Amino acid sequence: MCLAIPMRIVALDGVTAVAEVDGVSRRVRLDLLPEVSLGDYVLIHAGLAIARVDAAHAEETLSLLRSLADEVY
Amino acid sequence: MKYIDEFRHQGLVQDLARRLAALAPGPATVMEVCGTHTMAAARFGLKSLLPPGVQLISGPGCPVCVTAAADLDAFLALGTRPDTVLASFGDMLRVPGSHNSLEGQRAQGADVRVVYSPLDAVELARQTPDKAVVFFGVGFETTMPATAMAIRLAADYSLNNFSVLCAHKTMPTALRALLASGEVRVSGLLLPGHVTTIIGAAAYDFIPGEFGLPCAVTGFEPVDMMLGLESILRQIESGQAIVANVYTRAVQLQPNPRARELLDEVFAASDAHWRGLGVIPGSGVTIREKYARWDARVRFPEVWEHLAPPPPSACRCGEVLRGVLRPYQCPLFGQACSPAKPLGPCMVSSEGACAAAYRYERAG
Repeated sequence: MCLAIPMRIVALDGVTAVAEVDGVSRRVRLDLLPEVSLGDYVLIHAGLAIARVDAAHAEETLSLLRSLADEVY
Repeated sequence: MKYIDEFRHQGLVQDLARRLAALAPGPATVMEVCGTHTMAAARFGLKSLLPPGVQLISGPGCPVCVTAAADLDAFLALGTRPDTVLASFGDMLRVPGSHNSLEGQRAQGADVRVVYSPLDAVELARQTPDKAVVFFGVGFETTMPATAMAIRLAADYSLNNFSVLCAHKTMPTALRALLASGEVRVSGLLLPGHVTTIIGAAAYDFIPGEFGLPCAVTGFEPVDMMLGLESILRQIESGQAIVANVYTRAVQLQPNPRARELLDEVFAASDAHWRGLGVIPGSGVTIREKYARWDARVRFPEVWEHLAPPPPSACRCGEVLRGVLRPYQCPLFGQACSPAKPLGPCMVSSEGACAAAYRYERAG
């Protein structure tokens, strides 16, 4: 039940926004994340954006993993 | 999909699998606390990647499974009132109450609607002013802000025909009770990433602090869960115990301040009855008096006056939820109890340990 899907904010209108993933869009509320801007990825759960997906941290995790993987090969 | 595909990347998964296999933490039992983790782990076969001696068990983090039969019975009883619409998350529909389920009651003519969000239930109430819409508020901290917001919206609209039967539960309090009971012996915990976006990773500091157990807050993709597991096993190997955050793209140390504010405004901490764990002091919430108009318990107290306590059941979900019984050890598993004819919530919910075991592990 705690599933939350990363969706991209494609339209902003105060505390509501339109978020999109794979061509599916949905109106969501941004009350918990006032700092969100257009184009950001957010985790959506039950119609509410509960967290901003931090692109820098995501890249950091992935590049660390890729570099560790390179050491093996 | 961005931020999903990268964390399912086959090369990274294979590399992590190799790294996991090279670890030798000795015999260890890791509990995945969250029901969404239970299903994710079963689906991609995480258990087959564990080093020798390491086992993964499910915990109490499936909201549908831990909802007390008495709360479901009350919700079903609310549905027998005239002109009442029951609004619920779809997961709850087939869960057996003492005498019926939401699905069964709907077949008998009750108006039961599945909603994706409590906000949709508020919208439903606005569109059907001649009906009383009651939303069943279940779930952990991930879901609680949406319910709080629905109540606040109903207040903003002065909606008279919307209320919430609040059965929400808080995760850290339950974990403390579970660990303090000493009944289940775990060596580390995979902590629920999305609950933690709301409450912050520091909420679990007591687990290494008081119980000396390694923890990792993880996301839900294969790479996330393997990273979490690797962190826990490395902590075990080195005799360390911290709350590692391997879901840094979504989770911070501190709680989301807006969510905290919203939850504090609408809810007050209270005792809660968990299926299988009993009453845990301070592990639930009630709706504050300021919002009593939208509290189904206050609005319809007569429903509780006539409610009989749930009869005893042969279902052993309680032990499964406490991590002391594996699904296949239950004599009902796969026999009297299956996803087609579930006797207990752990077999009904798509995130239940029994449903996951039935679907993905039965052959083994």
